[in-house]
Amino acid sequence: MIDTLRLTAEEAVRLLREKEVSGAELYAAYRAAIDERDPELHCYLHVCEDDGGEGIPIAIKDVIGTRGIPTTAGSKILEHYVPVYDATVIERCKAHGLRVLGKTNTDEFAMGSSTENSAYGPSRNPWDPTRVPGGSGGGSAAAVSAGLAPWALGSDTGGSIKQPSALCGNVGLRPTYGTVSRYGAIAFASSLDQIGPVARNVRDCALLYSIIAGRDPADSTTVELPSAIELPDGEDLKGLRVGVPREFNEHEAIEPGVREAVQRAIELCSELGAEVGDCSLPHSVEYGMPCYYLIAPAEASSNLARYDGVRFGYRSRSGSDRLEMYERTRDEGFGEEPKRRIMIGTYALSAGYYDAYYGQAQKVRTVLAREHAAAFERFDVLISPTSPTVAFKLGSRAENPLAMYLSDLLTIPSCMAGLPGLNVPCGLSEGLPVGLQLIGPQFSENTLFRMGYALETAIGFDPVPARLST
Amino acid sequence: MANIDREQLLHVARLARLELREDEVERLGAQLNDILAAVSKVSELDLSDVPPTSHPLDVVNVWAADEPHASLPVEEALANAPEREGSFFKVPPGGSA
Amino acid sequence: MSADWETIVGLEVHAHLKTRTKMFCRCELEYGAAENTRTCPVCLAHPGALPVANGRAIEHTIKLGLALDCEIASSAVFARKNYFYPDLPKGYQISQYEAPLCGPGRLVVPTADGDEVVRIVRAHLEEDAAKTVHAGGATGRSVGADYSLVDFNRGGTPLLEIVSEPDLRSSEAALRFLRLLRQTIVELGVSDAEMEKGTMRADVNVSVRKRGEEGYRPRWELKNMNSFTFIGRGIEAAVREQIAAYERGETIEQSTYDYDPDTDKLTVHRSKEEADDYRYFPEPDLVPVEPPAELVERLRAEVPEPPGARIRRHEHSLGFDVAYALVTTERDRLYASLVDEGVPPGSSAKWVMNDFAATGQRPEDVKVHEMALVLKAGNLTRDALTLATAASASSGFSAADYTNRTAVSDASELGPAIDAVLAANPQQVETYRGGKEGVLGFLVGQVMKETQGKADAKVVNALLREKLAQDV
Repeated sequence: MIDTLRLTAEEAVRLLREKEVSGAELYAAYRAAIDERDPELHCYLHVCEDDGGEGIPIAIKDVIGTRGIPTTAGSKILEHYVPVYDATVIERCKAHGLRVLGKTNTDEFAMGSSTENSAYGPSRNPWDPTRVPGGSGGGSAAAVSAGLAPWALGSDTGGSIKQPSALCGNVGLRPTYGTVSRYGAIAFASSLDQIGPVARNVRDCALLYSIIAGRDPADSTTVELPSAIELPDGEDLKGLRVGVPREFNEHEAIEPGVREAVQRAIELCSELGAEVGDCSLPHSVEYGMPCYYLIAPAEASSNLARYDGVRFGYRSRSGSDRLEMYERTRDEGFGEEPKRRIMIGTYALSAGYYDAYYGQAQKVRTVLAREHAAAFERFDVLISPTSPTVAFKLGSRAENPLAMYLSDLLTIPSCMAGLPGLNVPCGLSEGLPVGLQLIGPQFSENTLFRMGYALETAIGFDPVPARLST
Repeated sequence: MANIDREQLLHVARLARLELREDEVERLGAQLNDILAAVSKVSELDLSDVPPTSHPLDVVNVWAADEPHASLPVEEALANAPEREGSFFKVPPGGSA
Repeated sequence: MSADWETIVGLEVHAHLKTRTKMFCRCELEYGAAENTRTCPVCLAHPGALPVANGRAIEHTIKLGLALDCEIASSAVFARKNYFYPDLPKGYQISQYEAPLCGPGRLVVPTADGDEVVRIVRAHLEEDAAKTVHAGGATGRSVGADYSLVDFNRGGTPLLEIVSEPDLRSSEAALRFLRLLRQTIVELGVSDAEMEKGTMRADVNVSVRKRGEEGYRPRWELKNMNSFTFIGRGIEAAVREQIAAYERGETIEQSTYDYDPDTDKLTVHRSKEEADDYRYFPEPDLVPVEPPAELVERLRAEVPEPPGARIRRHEHSLGFDVAYALVTTERDRLYASLVDEGVPPGSSAKWVMNDFAATGQRPEDVKVHEMALVLKAGNLTRDALTLATAASASSGFSAADYTNRTAVSDASELGPAIDAVLAANPQQVETYRGGKEGVLGFLVGQVMKETQGKADAKVVNALLREKLAQDV
């Protein structure tokens, strides 16, 4: 009997290789789990049939294009869209024998922090189904935690991998910008989007990253990795310099339970041999959010212009001329959050406002990058909570966009600088997972994996949601 | 900083090709003004000497050789077309879009 | 036009670059391909697609910039120009805005009265839109159509945009500039630049002002003009209508106009709308182009001597008009290579522009060495020269086949023919001896006919005179 709640991808590879389990059996186990638990959790928008392959299944966030498999970006405007090409990351997964298990739920066009913005209904947190799994990649994170997939691909623009992983209690990596191809991934904010792995543990996460990473000629913003990805196996942190940025760890928005769990993890770092010290990034938290909520919507307003009903997707039939067709297609097809962001973004780029808004935000971005770079002269990794709170109740922030945006307070700053970040679960608060965010300089994934693995081993967090553990 | 009034809102909506319903105009207008007030914070910093960041990585000169790839078969190109005539995409007429 | 007024013209020229593939994807370009057979997720703007720049298009643009003495940017940045139209699938065009690949330069247009220096503001690289066909309506125009059909084959074609300062002061000057610019582009091999085929078009900006007035008045823009003739007429119509309006006390607003060649009138392209706000910002999916010095120097070595400079160079031996005609009809290289082979400049130019031009053959096909031998031979019969000219581009063309057909000038050889003609035309002989010397031409012609063109006409003329003076 395959226990999908506990099976790691690494272990599944071994089982398949040693023929203890067949590809069909493995697939069937996940299908059975999906049939049992997904009606409640709604992680999946589309589940695929077994294609007869022998490799590990993987869940794919529905902003990543899969040839022949419906891809909706969580939006009505792409309700019946079926891509005619695979994203590069999908090609790479397939080249490694991985099989697409299904497409997971997402906030519409990856815009959100809870999946409540999905046009197809929210996903639910496997730890407590009255609460959100985080977003925008809540479907992928919830699927992994609920044993509905061994691992998954997500996308992170301002925290959309890290934050759901924090709220669901698993490991998510936002890679260094430029190390994973965006070709075939539905664009939200081009200079911020990155596809990344979501997994049950750090080694699986590193393994999946090594499968998808590397320069892609189809994406001009990608680069080769300077060195190969190593699967971590060390249990100490000797020689590692860990920085604790004040503004990220003492912010008033952080819940006491989150703060305590992270504090214990920081102390653990010292016990494991790391040099831990304080530091300050004076502008990053305070100006990160406003900077992000100018740049991301601006780029999004342009990236979403192609959804016009001409070549694919939804087309409104009520208009009589082209202008009405465009305007109604987009008003009827897009949900509230994309419309909000398109409007903000259009305004920020418009004549007379560019310098004050978009132009200024691009400069703030430089300030944030410089602050992080300065900190990395003294430290190898910066540590903080990933999310200020544990999973919140469904509906509790949906009416207030600004309150929802605060979910990303701590994940956004490093995204603006193109830096990698790993979420590692570090404990529970009120029975819900608390996530630890590890930020490193560009191309420092191996360091992040090393640190995450050592902490994971020492903390011994059980990633199986308590209520599912029988 | 700036407050978006109704006229500006409708202008922005037109630039973005969004036909907002009346209830949307009101609700979005209020929300946008809240968000704008929050993001306007960026103007607090004096950044006259700071260059803007367009790309997180310092990469230049990426281009490809002028060698053709296979184009899509025409049926795939039109596979998702909401409306077509023969092998053309069909759209309603209009002076502008 | 009243001498009070001055014409001001600026041009924005768009040329399709000569590449195999599109600007941001590798779909193969093919003129006339069946609709939507040259597309891919990138040029169809499918969700998730990303652009990858065409290296050859970048090189072509740098070469063009070098030919126009432009500053080549140290860092050129692609930018998004955002607007909605069915032929623009992304909802933005990738172009260049604040940091074009080529900065200020100039094109010097030689004229008989000196040089016209037309300053170039910039030249940059962008992608062309797709093709929309308006169907169902009466005129094929968008207004009044029942629906539109879109073909994305052309969408993404690399496009070079060259912007001039408003330095042109007449429609003739504008056409001179445009022709020379076109020739420069074609000789570089970066574009075919053919207006009829749509590989070159121009937006023409026209305004007027009083002589001596500073600054520029609002201009009218004639967009997407693709005929030299209509550009000339359009400019003149705009000037005429603007002056008339000003003299009626009206004001001119900046707007876009269509020129109707049938009526020779301009009509406003669309009713006055809010000006487009393109919301330009740097393209995040592409990285800057910082041309390395070695690349620029390699391309510089590939730039041939521009046509304007060649006109001035040949002017010394030929005078302006002949030099201008030779270069602008793209025959000066043929001329120069004949001169290199020892044919005197005057004869060389004359042969190229008269005899050779009439054959419609391509100058580059001429077997220069052999033809030079023919031209240097002198005293060829007219026939032989014509035949040699016609054959000068054929493989196996040999001067020897023609140079032995010298005209017969030996008096004893020509004697019988002359006698025969005089005997056959007693009337004309009488007329001549009666004092009407003009009839000699007829008699020369008859001798030429009699000798199947092999006689040397000058010699025949002299021999006839001699004969006719004798037998009285």
